[in-house]
Amino acid sequence: MFILIVGCGRVGSSVARAMLREGHEVSCLDEDPESHARLEVGLEKGWEDLGGHFTVGAGLETDALVAAGIEKADAFIASTDGDNTNIVIAQIAQRRYEVPTVIARILDPLRAEWYQRQGVHTICPTRVAIDMLESAVREGAQREAI
Amino acid sequence: MYIIVVGAGKVGWNLTRELLEKGHEVTAIESNRRRYLMVEQELEHNISYGDASELWVLERAGIQRADMVIAVTGDDEDNMLICQVAREKYDVGQVIARVNNPRNREHFDLLGIKPVVSATDLILRLIEHEVPEYGLVHLLDLKEEQLEIIEMLLGQDSSVTGRRVGDLQMPEGSLLISVLRDGKGFVPGPDTVLEAGDEILAVLDPGREDELKVLFGPGGGNGAGADG
Repeated sequence: MFILIVGCGRVGSSVARAMLREGHEVSCLDEDPESHARLEVGLEKGWEDLGGHFTVGAGLETDALVAAGIEKADAFIASTDGDNTNIVIAQIAQRRYEVPTVIARILDPLRAEWYQRQGVHTICPTRVAIDMLESAVREGAQREAI
Repeated sequence: MYIIVVGAGKVGWNLTRELLEKGHEVTAIESNRRRYLMVEQELEHNISYGDASELWVLERAGIQRADMVIAVTGDDEDNMLICQVAREKYDVGQVIARVNNPRNREHFDLLGIKPVVSATDLILRLIEHEVPEYGLVHLLDLKEEQLEIIEMLLGQDSSVTGRRVGDLQMPEGSLLISVLRDGKGFVPGPDTVLEAGDEILAVLDPGREDELKVLFGPGGGNGAGADG
């Protein structure tokens, strides 16, 4: 599978490494050339030596998306640090390039929920944290009661 | 009309002021605290503090009853998202978005957000109009209809002066619709002979401007060269 990841921060780079290890072709796009170093954390060889691709550019730039291989992508992950950027580029991948699997990381639970209902596959880390915290507190309260 | 203006920068602030003067009910939303406090001194209750890409901020500003949302922040993604949510989630009848980077215009189109306003494009149009050397002026874009109307001044060196309209090989998808000569406009016929100083209007498929520029421009006339 060809996987394009836009936004090579902690999340994007970790997913990229994991997917590469699993044998997929992985391409990363990030505005910051320095983020390439994050990709290579814990790798025995260079990112490109292991078959990975890295492009410097903004996710909203058509040229950059094409250079990073969006036209042949089987999966697209929007994991920049901007919710709105992720929402917009995920829709570009879906509607314009018809990428079969598109996932957007959205930190704001309200936006994530609404766009999920609009057919954008969203992952909301904040929602996950809220749920985990709530159940941890509940468990604690239960233990207390016993 | 109830109007929400997102972004109280120079554009948003002045827009809000003008709309209030016209008698509309307006709420501006600004996410920068310092900017908000400054503008609030003048706009008072007509400005609200918050990030308008957060749905609850929009709801607090009363988006459910808004007739129009105008997104003029300096961030195209924010403008796109706010307009999309306004239209699709809150059924706001009319949205207007500012495009900061003209290259993002296609993304606004893709998300069905229109109309859009781009200062860069507007200034470019003005330059085209004010600086005749630039050649060709866009008068009207009929986006839905896939047509545009342009104006061109024929210079002394234009390769079509002295030629019959009927002999011009107009590029496919373009049509000469009018000639302005000595302040008078008329619809040219095949026997009309073009003169230097004529202003011509043409309707064409978008993207044909360059071919017209070559045809009507100085010296070149390559498009019409096949008149033998």
